[in-house]
Amino acid sequence: MNISDPTETFRQEARELLDQLEAGLLDLEQDPSNSDLINSTFRALHTIKGSGAMFGFTAVAEFVHDFETAFDRVRKGQSEANAALIGVALDAKDHITLLIENPDADIAGGAEILVALRAIVDGVGETGTAAPAVPSAAETAASSIAAPVGSAAVKNWRLTFYLPSDALIYGTNPLLLLEELKQIGPATVLALTDRIPDFDIFDPEVSYLGWQVDIEAEDPTAAIDDVFLFLRDNMELTLAPLPREPAAAAGLVIDLAADDAMPEAPFVPESAAPVEAPIVKVAPKRTKPAEKAEEKPAATSLRVPAERLDELMDRVGELVIAQARLSQIAASSSDIALKTIAEELERLSSGLRDTTMGIRMVPIGTIFSRFRRLVHDLSTELGKQIEFITTGEETELDKTVIERLADPLVHLIRNSVDHGLESAEKRLAAGKDAKGTVRLSAVYSGAEVAISVIDDGAGLNHERIRAKAEENGLILPDAKLTEQELNHLIFAPGFSTAKEVTALSGRGVGMDVVKRTIDGLRGTIDVTTTQGEGSTFTLRLPLTLAIIDGMLVRVGDGRYTIPLAAVEECVELPDGIEAHAKGRNFLDIRGSLVPYLRLRQVFGLKGEGEAHQKVVIVSSGEGRVGLVVDQIIGNNQTVIKQLSKLHSGIKSFSGATILGDGSVALILDTAHLVASGQSYVERNVGRAA
Amino acid sequence: MSATEASMTALTIRLEDELFAVEASRVREILDLVAITEVPSAPDFVGGLINVRGRVVPLADLRVMFGMHRPEPDEDTRIVVMEVDIDGEPTIAGILADKVHDVTEIESASIEEAPKVGMRWRPEFVKGIGKRNGGFIIIPDMERIFETSGGRSASAANSEERPAS
Repeated sequence: MNISDPTETFRQEARELLDQLEAGLLDLEQDPSNSDLINSTFRALHTIKGSGAMFGFTAVAEFVHDFETAFDRVRKGQSEANAALIGVALDAKDHITLLIENPDADIAGGAEILVALRAIVDGVGETGTAAPAVPSAAETAASSIAAPVGSAAVKNWRLTFYLPSDALIYGTNPLLLLEELKQIGPATVLALTDRIPDFDIFDPEVSYLGWQVDIEAEDPTAAIDDVFLFLRDNMELTLAPLPREPAAAAGLVIDLAADDAMPEAPFVPESAAPVEAPIVKVAPKRTKPAEKAEEKPAATSLRVPAERLDELMDRVGELVIAQARLSQIAASSSDIALKTIAEELERLSSGLRDTTMGIRMVPIGTIFSRFRRLVHDLSTELGKQIEFITTGEETELDKTVIERLADPLVHLIRNSVDHGLESAEKRLAAGKDAKGTVRLSAVYSGAEVAISVIDDGAGLNHERIRAKAEENGLILPDAKLTEQELNHLIFAPGFSTAKEVTALSGRGVGMDVVKRTIDGLRGTIDVTTTQGEGSTFTLRLPLTLAIIDGMLVRVGDGRYTIPLAAVEECVELPDGIEAHAKGRNFLDIRGSLVPYLRLRQVFGLKGEGEAHQKVVIVSSGEGRVGLVVDQIIGNNQTVIKQLSKLHSGIKSFSGATILGDGSVALILDTAHLVASGQSYVERNVGRAA
Repeated sequence: MSATEASMTALTIRLEDELFAVEASRVREILDLVAITEVPSAPDFVGGLINVRGRVVPLADLRVMFGMHRPEPDEDTRIVVMEVDIDGEPTIAGILADKVHDVTEIESASIEEAPKVGMRWRPEFVKGIGKRNGGFIIIPDMERIFETSGGRSASAANSEERPAS
């Protein structure tokens, strides 16, 4: 992020707000009367408008302003957040995105969206009674807050407010707020200094002052509400007509602080029907808890450029290596002091490493939310009813993994919706619910995260896959393939079984991109499918790309690291196995045949292996392979270093690492080795069969 | 005399019995011999990896490219860590030297193009030949050498694809 470019900052912020807006709208579709949702949506809109205008995105600001005006009717309960409204609002959101990304381009379509939006909110406003309006919050409010009767008559209002104590830290300028208040009507401002503490505990960054503002206006509540839009959750604010006015008995008290309201506030309750009281939002916490929009603790967060995190990770990696060397020296020394400090350093650096890794971990829910929109659109476009269920949003993955995961998941979900789910008629004919289900789930499994896209559609059609693969020359007509291999054919470049090319899928790009991306992330894809019942695509990904736990082995004079997550078990290579094997290299692991590779041969080392060789059984996805090594040295924590271009062509290694003694060890690419073990099995089993 | 365009500041190293000159500005550091990790199936030219201050750096042996003998390292052997462009991407690599001599100025005027014939090494690897104190100094074309090796390592990797059976 370039600090000197404020528009980029705005874009970034706007993108987040738009995501928030979209999520809010989609939630609203499920729960149309949730006032918290309506308010948070409205607030996102308002922020986009405000900062858009500030950074010169006039088109954005104008469009959002109209959008906001229409949506305000929903907020005031004059209109309902129905499916049609959500649909148009989502279009509007897309339009804003376009406006923000290309501020100079002349983008049409905005006017139509606004017209549609207005038609919907106004239409509902006319036909429906005002009754379904102000939702639960209003009812809660009615008991404690009274709207002024005949407020139009009241000319003088007294507003008393204290900003949240951290308002200054977050850059709120009280002067600007006061200026805005003055624009509502002629105002007198009086500062309230009663809360300023003694000098010795005075914190210059805390906002202690309060203000009493007397305003002349007809009904300033809405305007005041706008002024404090971003602050009101945590601030104290009371608004009451001035006592000398005739309507003195009527009053409006807005208590927006959570629990400790101002006891000294002029509090004049009077029962009256909330005819058009827009600010009947009491502390939102008291409204009935929504399923998803639960109150989130105000998290203080910090925006840091991703490169800096990468840099930090590199430094920590180097520290871990240096610390390992120190520990090794300390271990062979008799100096107690040295041993103590080495141990302490080990503890500290492992803590630092975990924290640093933690910083890079992001909950996968951040990308799940955008798929809800995708499914929503696909559902409309294809005319299929789809229920989209996500679980495990809190599962955390390395930031870089998550970023690169978005595209493959889009492809997989599209694939499931477009190819997997049948049309409603077919589903009913097959005795299924007309509504199809697509599940997206993430769970930890060992040092990996398994992300599954599950549909309850027709399942993969093996005959069609085979026919298509033969047609495209991917397999020979009489090739014998296992189910798993057939399933994996769909990841071949240029493969697509869709009969007609739709806008969504069928061009044969996509699934091979999925495969490539997942390979690049050192992950694997499993496909399982049951005819008529659906398919499951499971992506298995390492938690992080930076550090792995490794098993250090020796082959000849060289030491190599095998990612521990891939290791299933270690066994002794039986003596004289070759004699029985009749040229085929298989081990009998509890009844199942596992092929093994002699790493000595793979690496082209001369000489026979030593006596008592060990076999490390590694797995990747469904496949397993045994790696024959001379010695298993032990486990170590490994900072992965990429190999340079000079060595990137060598497939057996995924990277290198630096050992405690400062020498370099190569990391075995188990996925590649397993794959070559599998192809070996196929060649041999095929020959034998 | 300061380095001008008319001359090249170069680090001179000895490989077998020939003097080579590499651009001094590209040299990061000169190391005593460290532990070298062999990379199985890598071409001989870049058959090793070394640890340079926490970085894993490929180690190249120019002698392979110039068809020279490769005696065991001795007390004069050094590793010159330098920056080379591999397909336009700056990469840190180590280069084995039988001995490191000194930093010197080579007059541009004295550098001649490599003769197409009569040389015992491949002419495309030689950028030019400089003269100093009556002797010759070979100026290798590092980009060309590393580019070629990259292609080679890729083909070597393909032949390695087939697992031992």
